[in-house]
Amino acid sequence: MKALLKHRVAVLIALIWLPLAGYVMFRPALGAFGSYLLLPAVPAVILLYVTALRRWRESSVAIVGVTLVCFWLLMAVAAPYLPLPDPNKPIAPFVPPGGIRHGVLFLLGSDMRGRDVLSRDLWGCQRVLVWGVTATSVAYLVGGACGLIGGYLGGWWDEIVSFAGNVLLSFPVMVLFILVLNLLGQSGFNIIIAVTCSSAPVIMRIVRGLALDAKSRDYIQAAQTRGEHPLWIMLVEMLPNVRAPIIVDACLRLGYTTVAITTLTFLGLGLQPPDPDWGLMIKEAATAAMLWKYSYMLIVPALSVSSLILGFNLIADGLREMSLRD
Amino acid sequence: MTEHAAAAARETPVLECRNLSISYAGRGGEVPAVVDFNLALMPGEAHGLVGESGCGKSTVALAVMRHLGRAGRVVGGRISFQGRDLLELSREEVRKIRGAEIAMIYQEPIASLNPSMTVGEQLMEVPMYHEGVGRRDAALRARMMLDRVRMADGERIMRSYPHQISGGQQQRIVIAMALLSNPKVLLLDEPTTALDVTVEAGIVDLIRDISAEFGTSMLYISHNLGLIRETCERVTVMYCGEAVETGTVSSVFGGARHPYTRGLFAAIPVPGADKNNRPLVSIPGQLPAPRERPAGCNFGPRCEFFAAGRCDAGPVEMRPIAAPSARASRCLRVGEIAWEAPAAASAAPPAAHLGGVVLKIRDLTKRYGQVTANDGVTFDARRGETVAIVGESGCGKSTLARILMGLTPASGGSIELADLELSRLPVTRRNLTTIRSLQMIFQNPFDTLNPSHTVGAQIGRVIRKLGVQRDEAAVQERVLELLDLVKLPRAFAARRPHQLSGGQKQRVGVARAFAGSPAVVVADEPVSALDVSVQAAVIELLVGIQRREGTTLLFISHDLSVVRYLSDRVVVMYLGQIMEQGGTQEVFAPPYHPYTEALLAAIPIADQHYVKRKVLLSGDIPSASSPPPGCRFSTRCAYRIAGTCDVLPPPIHEFAPNHRIACHLTRERLASMQPVFEEIAS
Repeated sequence: MKALLKHRVAVLIALIWLPLAGYVMFRPALGAFGSYLLLPAVPAVILLYVTALRRWRESSVAIVGVTLVCFWLLMAVAAPYLPLPDPNKPIAPFVPPGGIRHGVLFLLGSDMRGRDVLSRDLWGCQRVLVWGVTATSVAYLVGGACGLIGGYLGGWWDEIVSFAGNVLLSFPVMVLFILVLNLLGQSGFNIIIAVTCSSAPVIMRIVRGLALDAKSRDYIQAAQTRGEHPLWIMLVEMLPNVRAPIIVDACLRLGYTTVAITTLTFLGLGLQPPDPDWGLMIKEAATAAMLWKYSYMLIVPALSVSSLILGFNLIADGLREMSLRD
Repeated sequence: MTEHAAAAARETPVLECRNLSISYAGRGGEVPAVVDFNLALMPGEAHGLVGESGCGKSTVALAVMRHLGRAGRVVGGRISFQGRDLLELSREEVRKIRGAEIAMIYQEPIASLNPSMTVGEQLMEVPMYHEGVGRRDAALRARMMLDRVRMADGERIMRSYPHQISGGQQQRIVIAMALLSNPKVLLLDEPTTALDVTVEAGIVDLIRDISAEFGTSMLYISHNLGLIRETCERVTVMYCGEAVETGTVSSVFGGARHPYTRGLFAAIPVPGADKNNRPLVSIPGQLPAPRERPAGCNFGPRCEFFAAGRCDAGPVEMRPIAAPSARASRCLRVGEIAWEAPAAASAAPPAAHLGGVVLKIRDLTKRYGQVTANDGVTFDARRGETVAIVGESGCGKSTLARILMGLTPASGGSIELADLELSRLPVTRRNLTTIRSLQMIFQNPFDTLNPSHTVGAQIGRVIRKLGVQRDEAAVQERVLELLDLVKLPRAFAARRPHQLSGGQKQRVGVARAFAGSPAVVVADEPVSALDVSVQAAVIELLVGIQRREGTTLLFISHDLSVVRYLSDRVVVMYLGQIMEQGGTQEVFAPPYHPYTEALLAAIPIADQHYVKRKVLLSGDIPSASSPPPGCRFSTRCAYRIAGTCDVLPPPIHEFAPNHRIACHLTRERLASMQPVFEEIAS
């Protein structure tokens, strides 16, 4: 119990993340049970928000950021329980925001196929968040491990990971994405691979630099002189001390990944229709929105993407500011 | 100027601080950094400002330069320079004075130099900017100034970039830059702390001559009492932001009139003292945090003369002392304390019992490509013995430690610990008994503990890893025992390193090293980063534990005064080779190796009962990647025999059993050397 309280944030994130990711990735397999899966995540998001407010009260920038991100997180976990029409069901096309057709209120209007824009936007948030965060985490796992190995073990290990990283970095990001998604096929899981290929080398460089610095510290030598295993030194002695700059970078990178995923779906790669997704919504609305009357179809998802990315970036700024202060 | 006016100018201070108070804005309000500080710096005078870290001595200098930054603020008093109030001047006026009239020299010379400009360009900029002279004249003046700061090879230096010259040369350049504008006042903030001792001695010699030659007034900031004695005429001792004692160097060093000053003198090793005949006395307790300063006298809680109800009643004023001129002390009881009575000596620990040889090092050699870091290092260490390994940067002492600990393999030679050959056995292949019996204490207190884990967790890990205890309750019990051993409160087990002071962290480092009852402990400069009063306590602790456990201590250090105090045997290294080794008494008395002689003469001595012979080395330590042929010390040696020393490796003279000197000088010549220190009969 004490340990649970101590790592409260980690527990809360797990409580939100596991059901949300399971729900988005394996919904067909879950069946009827799926609709109850997200229920405990709703209070968890609220608790997480309260914890963040308490902990980061000294940085107003971080507070704004965490408010934006937690809003979208809440929308993502609460989407199934909100009184919204089915995001994929055509009801009435081209309804302006606030209009009522067939007894359904279209708060943000409907698109050219007659689907509710608000509903699609909120459900789309779920997919962007889940795939974006998962892809970033996997990239961190791979990049962080390579960075620690290259930085701490050095020698041939360093040569290998650095060379592999440089090869991947020599591709333009979009070319890399298209290459991976065309070779492996278009799916959420392959987006993870594509994002890992493009982000992990950068992360590797950051972590490697931090590890090189940590390696020269006396406490690392102390651990070596008592015969600790390199894995212990990397994970227990080094990792906690390079954590702070990594978390800041991770927040920024979450923003980049969100952009990348939306761009990919906009290009018709990656996540497939009919399930809603911000990039997909922007793509579908692109033609219709040329008429000012229908521009809401484009503005809503575009604002959503921007606000989520802004949220991540503001958290990163706030964290950096706080880490500089003490 | 008439004679009368000249006399008046000598009477008025160039720089004066009156009731100066400075605060820094912190998170929880303002933190006082300097309180009620007074100083009068006369023309041509050198004034020392001495105190431990956080006492506010650097803040005073920054305030004089108007460099306090956004957080710092002068909250009271005034600073006047030649009669003008510095705090009232506009930014533009301050900029004219700064550099031209008041110059400052910082601890790290490389940080004061622009890495992308040649040294010559940077020197020429000074007269070009401040006086508007042409390039040709500026170059000439820069070149002449290099001679005056005694830089050999000035032409080449002028064309070099800062990274191409050594630390000592860099500091000379910084001093030359400061002197080029012919300032009235020179502020020196620990100008030699980052330098090696023999290089330091040269810079100190230069600084001492500056005021005589240029008539510059100097404010010399240092934590080292010995340096202050060697460079200054007057001294102010600071504690917790306040000046606690001020007076001429000879009067203050002749007899302290404040308990803190007295404590400082008792805490530093002096020549002729060692751990057996005059143990160091540390000042009890530790510096209070700026927000937790006590009521009344700041030093009260640590003072042996503390009188409840008086010393803690209210702020203590600086009060003049009758006898010598301009002497003052911030002690209420200054008239009541018997100052001449000897300080209470702590009981000497029982003398160490030296056992058989534990560690045998033979012809140990380590090469990194071109660099030979260790070359033919041979010595023994016995049970319960403290062997000091002494030398300046690049002498290979840290490489020796790394080889011993199994962090890097030796290129040749052998290390025997309990009949086990270790020189090429990496730590990962050593068995538990070997790892347990060979542990290390590290230099940097801020690096020695992992900031992410609690003190208890870190000591506990060592206990489990070394297999001292397995059972969880027993491990916790042992952690607490070890904290007792290093005299830290048991509650510290739950603390994280950032909640500990430097001295406390170093104590935890000691506890960690002794967790597995090691046979040999390697201590790499364990006290060099600590304040004087804390240093004494940690040394005391280390000696105490070592005696009780019969541990062999390999004490790596550059500080000969600590080495003399602490060690039984001394190994003097230079550029990877042993120059001299022997019992401490033998090494510190003639016959000396010429390098040992220079090292000894470089120690700044705070004790006025001793006079020191001046031995200055020329040049800097050569690079370890291209050591001189023959005797490695030959490039700097005052006794060099041309054609012999720089060609042939030196023979080894054995004077006493195990007292060996590697030198080309004849036995008779070595034996006729005069002692470096002499005690003045008082």
